[in-house]
Amino acid sequence: MIRFNNVHKWFKDLHVLKGVNLEVTQGEVVVVCGPSGSGKSTLIRTVNQLETINEGEIWVDGVNVTDPKTNLNALRAEVGFVFQHFNLYPHLSVLENITLSPIKVKGMDKVAAEKQAINLLEKVGLAHKKDAFPSQLSGGQQQRVAIARGLAMEPRVMLFDEPTSALDPEMIGEVLKVMKDLAESGMTMMVVTHEMGFAREVADRVVFVDHGEIIEQAHPESFFTNPQHDRAKQFLRQLLTPMN
Amino acid sequence: MDFTQIVPAMPALWEGMLLTLKMLVLAVSGGVALGTVLALMRLSSNPLLSGLAKTYVNYFRSIPLLLVITWFYLAVPMLLNWITGTFVSVGAFTSCLVAFMMFEAAYYCEIVRAGIQSIPRGQLHAAYAVGMTYGQAMRLIILPQAFRKMMPLLLQQSVILFQDTSLVYAVGLMDFLNTARSKGDIVGLPHEFLIFAGAVYFVISFGASTLVKRLQKRLAV
Repeated sequence: MIRFNNVHKWFKDLHVLKGVNLEVTQGEVVVVCGPSGSGKSTLIRTVNQLETINEGEIWVDGVNVTDPKTNLNALRAEVGFVFQHFNLYPHLSVLENITLSPIKVKGMDKVAAEKQAINLLEKVGLAHKKDAFPSQLSGGQQQRVAIARGLAMEPRVMLFDEPTSALDPEMIGEVLKVMKDLAESGMTMMVVTHEMGFAREVADRVVFVDHGEIIEQAHPESFFTNPQHDRAKQFLRQLLTPMN
Repeated sequence: MDFTQIVPAMPALWEGMLLTLKMLVLAVSGGVALGTVLALMRLSSNPLLSGLAKTYVNYFRSIPLLLVITWFYLAVPMLLNWITGTFVSVGAFTSCLVAFMMFEAAYYCEIVRAGIQSIPRGQLHAAYAVGMTYGQAMRLIILPQAFRKMMPLLLQQSVILFQDTSLVYAVGLMDFLNTARSKGDIVGLPHEFLIFAGAVYFVISFGASTLVKRLQKRLAV
């Protein structure tokens, strides 16, 4: 579904992605983790070309997204993206946030789009907030709306860029629950997150990135109980016992 | 001082005010539209487009409005004549309107540009991520938010333009001020008429500015 072939990216002199090779298959849930500044957010943003790359290829569902001839808008319409800071449209209501792109990008009619939006809001437990504005919602609620907004385009794959990092701790659970339901429905997902509980319970594979390289990838159980690489061991130690 | 003579002149003064307001509304609409296009050009990554817009803005901000008005009065008919090959008469109103639109667009451009830049980048990314084109992202996501933010500044600039429309006297248009001046001269009471005109400009401009400040406070919450 997603394939990275020897992907390189530089920010000026900084080599942020150093020959990444990775494949995410249909229906798979892949968690990408690593220290901050390791390039994991950049990596996930290259999938729908919010970040361009300098070398290599990225294929999504049989389409080479790094080919200049590729219609990026059509591709992005099929790839859902959830941001760390939600990025809901503040001037539109919750319902309009969800229906805008199905109507404007896919040409869906308004009644059908609204019906679909309400279905999605029910799924994320926020149907009663359909007329609210983003500023009236908590962070967790905003992120759940953002997920519904992504799903409204009926994407083939969903990308999550640290979806819970900007949330208060008590709101993390409600967002992870929605993501877990989504994973169980068979959605292909690539998730950048520090939520190791989620990785352990939901992911099919954990990918550990450091300094722009994939250092290790493994089934979550073996990654957490028996990491192979020293840097992965150190990362997990810091995550589990941050004071030492 | 005899202000009673203003009463019989009221219909003419009202006509003048209508011309002033008509000029204002059309010039603001056209100026904001052109200013928005210029702002998008200035923010474009294409060096030709941004260079053109920058030159335009710098040029019009560096010359007096009165010059632009007289210049357009003479140049627009000549230009149209040259393009169409036949003589086209352009009224003083149209040439003034074009002058105001093009001059004010330079100022509106800078306001709109700042407004667009104040919208977090994530909004553009969110619009792109669902497959919107640049045009859709601007029209549906960025500009509606930007205009909400810059509404007070746009209105404030329009209050200034309301006063500046009086410069149309240079090409003989009978706006509010020019009507007041001419009526005052006719009845031999120029001071009374000019004092009255000044009071009207003050009340409208100050009233509008106060409303804008109130709006600004409400939008800030």
